[in-house]
Amino acid sequence: MMDHSDAPPQDADALTVTLTVNGETHRLTLAPNVVLLDALRDRLGLTGTKKGCDHGQCGACTVHVDGRAINSCLRLAAMCEGRAITTVEGLARDGALHPVQQAFLDQDAYQCGFCTSGQMMSAAALLDDGRIGDSDAEIREAMSGNLCRCGAYKNILAAIRQAESEARGRGGDA
Amino acid sequence: MRPFAFDTATDSGAAIAIHGGDDRRAYIAGGTTLIDLVKLDVMRPAALIDVSRLPLAEVERLDDGRLRIGAAVTNSELAHHPLVREHYPLLAQAILAGASTQIRNMATTAGNVMQRTRCPYYRDAAAACNRREPGSGCDALHGINRMHAVLGVSEQCIATHPSDMCVALAALGATLTLEGPEGRREIAFNDFHRLPAEHPEIEHELAPGELITHVTLDTPLVGGGAAYLKLRDRASYEFALASAGAVVALEGEVISDVRLALGGVATKPWRAVEAERALDGQPAVASSFEVAADAALQDAVPREHNAFKIPLARQAIVRALRDATARAGTTTTTRGNQG
Ligand SMILES: Cc1cc2nc3c(=O)[nH]c(=O)nc-3n(C[C@H](O)[C@H](O)[C@H](O)COP(=O)(O)OP(=O)(O)OC[C@H]3O[C@@H](n4cnc5c(N)ncnc54)[C@H](O)[C@@H]3O)c2cc1C
Ligand code: SF4
Ligand code: FES
Ligand code: FES
Repeated sequence: MMDHSDAPPQDADALTVTLTVNGETHRLTLAPNVVLLDALRDRLGLTGTKKGCDHGQCGACTVHVDGRAINSCLRLAAMCEGRAITTVEGLARDGALHPVQQAFLDQDAYQCGFCTSGQMMSAAALLDDGRIGDSDAEIREAMSGNLCRCGAYKNILAAIRQAESEARGRGGDA
Repeated sequence: MRPFAFDTATDSGAAIAIHGGDDRRAYIAGGTTLIDLVKLDVMRPAALIDVSRLPLAEVERLDDGRLRIGAAVTNSELAHHPLVREHYPLLAQAILAGASTQIRNMATTAGNVMQRTRCPYYRDAAAACNRREPGSGCDALHGINRMHAVLGVSEQCIATHPSDMCVALAALGATLTLEGPEGRREIAFNDFHRLPAEHPEIEHELAPGELITHVTLDTPLVGGGAAYLKLRDRASYEFALASAGAVVALEGEVISDVRLALGGVATKPWRAVEAERALDGQPAVASSFEVAADAALQDAVPREHNAFKIPLARQAIVRALRDATARAGTTTTTRGNQG
C-alpha cells in the first residue's frame, strides 16, 4: 500500500539543485522529496553510502555536511545546496587511505562491511571534533548512532584509537 | 515518499508569508521528525518550507541574564555551547542523552520542541490512532503499551512525549517566541504543549503558519546543582522509559529552591510541581526525595504493560535529586549577576 520507490518520477515541481560532493560540483534536476542518500546513490552512483533503515535509526547512510556527520536518509537533497558534502568515496586523499580507513583495515573493524562506510564517516568526524572527550565511554557514546549487526564494536573502537594516536603522532591537532 | 513542493526561506517574514497559515504546508528544519514521518505516510504536507537557513542560529545572553536560543540552533551546537555548559548543565546533559551524534547535528531547537510521539500506532498509518486520525480510536490503550505514558493521559491517548531536551526546558523554565501572520507573541514553555484530553490531535498552542523564532531560558538558579538521569532499554540511542531532570539549590542542608521535570512517563514535558512543593524548605536527604517522588507520581495511571514505569520513575527522581544535591554549590552567598 505504501509507495516505497526511492526516486519518484520527475514532476512539474522538479528543482535544479547544485550539490558539491567530495569537492566536485553536480547540477541535478530532482523531485523535492529526494533525500540526499538517494541522490548520492541513484543519481551520482556513489554507492559507498548505504541504506539500512531509511529512518535515522542505523547510521549506515552517514555522510559529512559542512564537516558534521548526518544521516543522509533524513536530509532532503534540496536542503544541501551550497553545502560541502563528503562521502566515504571522498575520505581518501591523493591516493592514500584516510587514517580511519587504514585503521579499520589494520584492526579488522568489520565483518560483512555493510555498516562500515557509515562507521568510518562517524569516526572521521569524531576525530575532527574537539568537543568530544577521548575516554572509551565518550567515543562509544559518540559512535552510538552507527549500529553494527555483526557486532564489530570492539574492533571499531580499537580502529578509532589507532587513527587517533596516528593523528597525534603526525602532529595533527584536528 | 509522497511528493511535495519545496521552498527555501531566508528570513522569518518570508517563511511566514510562504506558509500563509495553510495547514497543508509545513516548516522543515533538521527533518529528523518530519522526513521520517513523511516516509511513513503519517505526515502528508503538500509543501515544505526550509527554515534551517533563517538567521536564527545564535545563542546569546540577554541583559536580564536570560539566555536566548535561536530556533535553528542545532541540538549539538546548543549542548556544547559554553554558556549552556556553564549555566545550564541540565540542558546540555539532557540533549546529549538523546538520539545520536548524527541526529543531534541535524535536529534544531524548535524542531525538538515540535517533535512527535514515538507511539508505534501513531507511526503505523494502518492503526487506529486519535492523534493521527481524530476519532479513529486508540490501539495503544489495549495494545503493546510498554513505552506509553502514566501521567497526563486520557482515554483518547496515552502517548509519551519523547523529548529529552524538553524535560530540561520544563525544569529550567523557558519562554517561546512565536511569529506569525498576526505578529509576534510569547508563551511560557510549560503552557505550550497540550495534554491529550479529548483532542490528542491538538498537540500545542502554535497557530497555523506560526513560526517558533526563539526559546529563552529563565535565569539559572544561583548555586544550583543539576542532574539528568535517563533510564532506557540500552545505554545510548534509545528513548527514555523514564527520565528525571533536577536542579537543586541549598542553604546549608536545606533545599532553598528546586526544579524537577520528568520524561518518558508523561504525555507532555512534565514539570513535577507537586514534588517541588513537597521539597521546598526540606532537608536534602533521601527521605525527602522519596516523599517528593511519591507526590510526583500520585496521579499515575498504569496500563497493562507499563506499570513498571511508576517504580522506575520513582527511582529516577530520587537519584536525580540526590545527584543534583551532590553538585549543588555549598555557598549561600550573593544573588544576582550570577555567571
Ligand atoms: C532514530 C531517532 C532517535 C531519536 N532519539 C531521540 C532521543 O533519544 N531523545 C530525543 O529527545 N529525541 C530523539 N529523537 C528525536 C529528535 O530529537 C527530533 O526528531 C528532532 O529534535 C526534531 O528536530 P528537527 O529540527 O529535525 O525537526 P523537523 O523534523 O525539521 O521538524 C519537526 C516539526 O517541527 C516543526 N518545525 C521545525 N522548525 C520549526 C519552527 N522554527 N517553528 C515552528 N515549527 C517548526 C516542523 O514543521 C515539524 O512539524 C530521535 C529521532 C530519531 C529519528
Ligand atoms: S496512544 Fe495516542 S498516539 Fe498512540 S495510538 Fe493512542 S491516540 Fe495514537
Ligand atoms: S539508512 Fe539512514 S540511518 Fe539507517
Ligand atoms: S560489519 Fe556487518 S553490520 Fe557492521
